[in-house]
Amino acid sequence: MGEPGTQELLSLEELEAAGGMRTGRKHVLSILVEDKPGVLTRIAGLFARRGFNIDTLTVGPTDDLSVSRITLTVDGALHPIDHVTKQLHKLINVLKIRDLEPRDTVSRELALFKIAADGPQRAEVLQVCEIFRGKVVDVGRRSVIVEVTGTTDKIEAFEAMARPLGLIEMMRTGEIAISRGRGET
Amino acid sequence: MRAVDAVMECLKAEGVEVVFGLPGGANLPTYDAFVDAGIRHILVRHEAGGGHAAEGYAKATGRVGVAMGTSGPGATNLVTPIMDAMMDSVPVVFITGQVRTELLGTDGFQEADTLGLTMPAVKHSWMIQHPLEIPRAIHEAFHVARTGRPGPVVVDIPQDLSRAEIDYQPVTDVKLPGYQPTTEGNAKQIRQAAKALATARRPVFYVGGGVVNAGAAKELTDLARLDRFPVTATLMGLGAYPAPDPLWLGMLGMHGTRAANYAMDEADLICAIGARFDDRITGKLSEFAPRAKFIHIDVDPAEISKNVPAHIPIVGDARHVLGRLATEFRALEADSSRLDAWWERIEGWRAKYPLRYEESTDGEIKPQYMVQAVYEATGGDAIVTTDVGQHQMWAAQYYHFDQPRKWINSGGLGTMGFGLPAAMGAKVGCPDQTVVCIAGDGSVQMNMQELATCAQEGIDIKVLIMNNGYLGMVRQWQELFWDRRYSQVDMGNFPDFVKLAEAYGATGLRFAEKAGLVENLREAIATPGPVMVDVRVGREENVYPMIAPGQAARDMVG
Repeated sequence: MGEPGTQELLSLEELEAAGGMRTGRKHVLSILVEDKPGVLTRIAGLFARRGFNIDTLTVGPTDDLSVSRITLTVDGALHPIDHVTKQLHKLINVLKIRDLEPRDTVSRELALFKIAADGPQRAEVLQVCEIFRGKVVDVGRRSVIVEVTGTTDKIEAFEAMARPLGLIEMMRTGEIAISRGRGET
Repeated sequence: MRAVDAVMECLKAEGVEVVFGLPGGANLPTYDAFVDAGIRHILVRHEAGGGHAAEGYAKATGRVGVAMGTSGPGATNLVTPIMDAMMDSVPVVFITGQVRTELLGTDGFQEADTLGLTMPAVKHSWMIQHPLEIPRAIHEAFHVARTGRPGPVVVDIPQDLSRAEIDYQPVTDVKLPGYQPTTEGNAKQIRQAAKALATARRPVFYVGGGVVNAGAAKELTDLARLDRFPVTATLMGLGAYPAPDPLWLGMLGMHGTRAANYAMDEADLICAIGARFDDRITGKLSEFAPRAKFIHIDVDPAEISKNVPAHIPIVGDARHVLGRLATEFRALEADSSRLDAWWERIEGWRAKYPLRYEESTDGEIKPQYMVQAVYEATGGDAIVTTDVGQHQMWAAQYYHFDQPRKWINSGGLGTMGFGLPAAMGAKVGCPDQTVVCIAGDGSVQMNMQELATCAQEGIDIKVLIMNNGYLGMVRQWQELFWDRRYSQVDMGNFPDFVKLAEAYGATGLRFAEKAGLVENLREAIATPGPVMVDVRVGREENVYPMIAPGQAARDMVG
């Protein structure tokens, strides 16, 4: 809660290793915010102003009505993540930020694909769909809509398969993530 | 009572003694409440003047300033002071009127998205959606403005909600779960910092406005004197350490002294306190203080390692941390002789490169001399505000501030037109002190209208215009970096500041001769009521020394 306290003393080696604190990997930040007007604008504005790029962003309610959760992904190769989190902590509506450790986290994304499915192609689309445990949620005479849920990697793999089959349109929710174990995210 | 009457009760509970503002349609209810509230309100001539006056008040007194404006243009006129207060960490509460809720989002008359317009410029803001929220929002606003790293906040109140009847309950506790500034520095880190200071052979204290904000000038001075630590300060930090003094190196940065900048360049340990490594300080970042390790003390964790990585980061209030650091340092009983060689080196720079300028031989007033004359005429004891430009740098160099909160200027945003209204606010907050505004002839015209406010309210400020008929700093850069191709910098001989002062109901004076300047200024400053003096100075003088933009301290010129 609130702003982070003083860090432990860094050795010079650690400092240099931090090298501007760019980690080179994707970071999933899970942010609890007060559900107040303008809170999303404040966060989006902060990212724009400081030149940080948001890769994906999702917002949704939590079990507490007055609190929302924002999950966003940022490229740690482009931005020093601790600069991002320290700036976020300065927003008064931000209650808590977690930079989720990939191996201690379950993350999911949902995507909807509209794929051309004329005649003989339809069978192939359905086969790929099955391999990825996708769900056909709508069928038309010339197209199908497939729902795929999974990690970002899986969604991207499905997209790669669907594209040559005739991908008409794709929509993705962006990632949500929850920490493993008993403790709260 | 009406919500606006509750606003007045909240302001009184917060100890507000004065509000700077201008009424309009959307805040008519608020102004109706002023009639019976018993809070002093100063009617400014432009909302920007009111905003800067509230900043000047806050900087001079250390209390929270309050400025008000109506919706739409009232609020947009406040954007500059809000951003200015953000950049310089000034605690100001801005209360704006907003159109009625039924008109919100319809492009109603005098509607502007005040919250959206000011969002990147505030520490926090509140859009009132229900009249019952108003008292709590006002108290939260004061709490956020004054605590942690101070800053500006905005409370936007739609007209119909401000008029509504509410059951007012005084708010005694402010709880913001997402806002808990760290004030006490980590004890282990402070011990590490003390050890580093005790073993450093070439240490420098680099202090900024955070020391002034934290009221830590005494703690800083005590610590520096425990072991002859050299001290330099940023533009915002002047007065945090008493100048002149044997340990005082002068200001650092683009127009700082060579002693200060060279000391930073050769230091093995830099203790940064309430400073944020602005580009005007570091110059070329890759060549900034290349031999130094850094202790960085700041109440805002986001400043630490933002531009320069800190080896020993300490998040906390400067007053608390410096007090503890002194205790820890004293216990180490450091051998002071380790600094002998360092001081010899610094004294060498000092002797070789004092601040200097070529004195005139023909009676012309050199701008640097003007500041020295102001220093003498005020006994070095005035509150000095400035605008932005050459006159600001010369004032910083030649007026030796020996106390905090005497030097008030716009550092981060560099807002021309800041000085005159800021002087007005400072004088209202500190009526017993002499307040002078050293202004530029370009800058002063940007908020000139507040001279009428000063005349009407009897606010006794002395505006000393350093008049060279140029936008001098831009001219200097065109001379140095653009082959002297002067473009749109010559302001000629306009306006006639003496007549203008008189038109505003102030006293207007003009001095153009070096002889007798100190005496003339002394008389001008002793003249009752607001006074504006047109001081004609040499036209093409440059501010030196200088680190050219993007260059290293080592390569100072002039």
